[in-house]
Amino acid sequence: MSTTLALLQTAAEAKNTAAAGSAGFAYGLAAIGPGIGIGYLVGQAVQAMARQPESAGQVQTTMFLGIAFTEALALIGFVVFILLKFA
Amino acid sequence: MSNTFGVDVNEANPLLSRFEGESPVMQVVLDIMKRGVVIAPVGILIGYLFAGSAGAWSVAFGLGMILFNFFLSAWIIQVTARISFAALAGGAMFGFLIRLGVITTAVLLVRNAGWVDLVALGVTIIITHLGLLFWELQYISGSLAYPGLKPGAGLADNSTKESVSS
Repeated sequence: MSTTLALLQTAAEAKNTAAAGSAGFAYGLAAIGPGIGIGYLVGQAVQAMARQPESAGQVQTTMFLGIAFTEALALIGFVVFILLKFA
Repeated sequence: MSNTFGVDVNEANPLLSRFEGESPVMQVVLDIMKRGVVIAPVGILIGYLFAGSAGAWSVAFGLGMILFNFFLSAWIIQVTARISFAALAGGAMFGFLIRLGVITTAVLLVRNAGWVDLVALGVTIIITHLGLLFWELQYISGSLAYPGLKPGAGLADNSTKESVSS
């Protein structure tokens, strides 16, 4: 009886560990895409501003909105992470 | 033109070019924050109706976190753009990491608090972030596509004409 209980407890712990690992892995994966996207976006924006400094204001505004929209993907990944892990 | 190291120096060098003057990004974020404050009571009321006082507190916390995140993002861009465009690129990348870290830390710190409803908090983070952005984008895209409709554009044109004619 005690062996069965110990096995069940171990299985539950293993399940919790796997769930935590999966949630963290999912969050990490969700942050990769926006990281690449923001890097590309800002790189192109910097190039545009260096070539046409007079339009730097407009480029910055558009760049900021692009960053914020791209970042929303990472935030969605984070929310999924906290809901899977803690809710 | 070359400098003493033999490197070509011109306006297209992102290490030397920088943005001067009032930051348009900060103006956009202050606009977003004003709208966030306007919708805060409605959001808190909706949170209260769905999840009680925990929902209301969670919506308030999530909204505050998102507005702080926007402000921090704009502040980093404003400061680094005045250094150089290359610094702006670095600031955007590390700023992304820092802001994700701030949000993660904030949520992990309060996750076990009695006044937090994690579902309401998560939904608030996504909806307010995207909602405020789309709301602002409507205004920004309009003023970029039709500069003449931008508030004060007509006045600026008139003043220019007056100064030229006089």
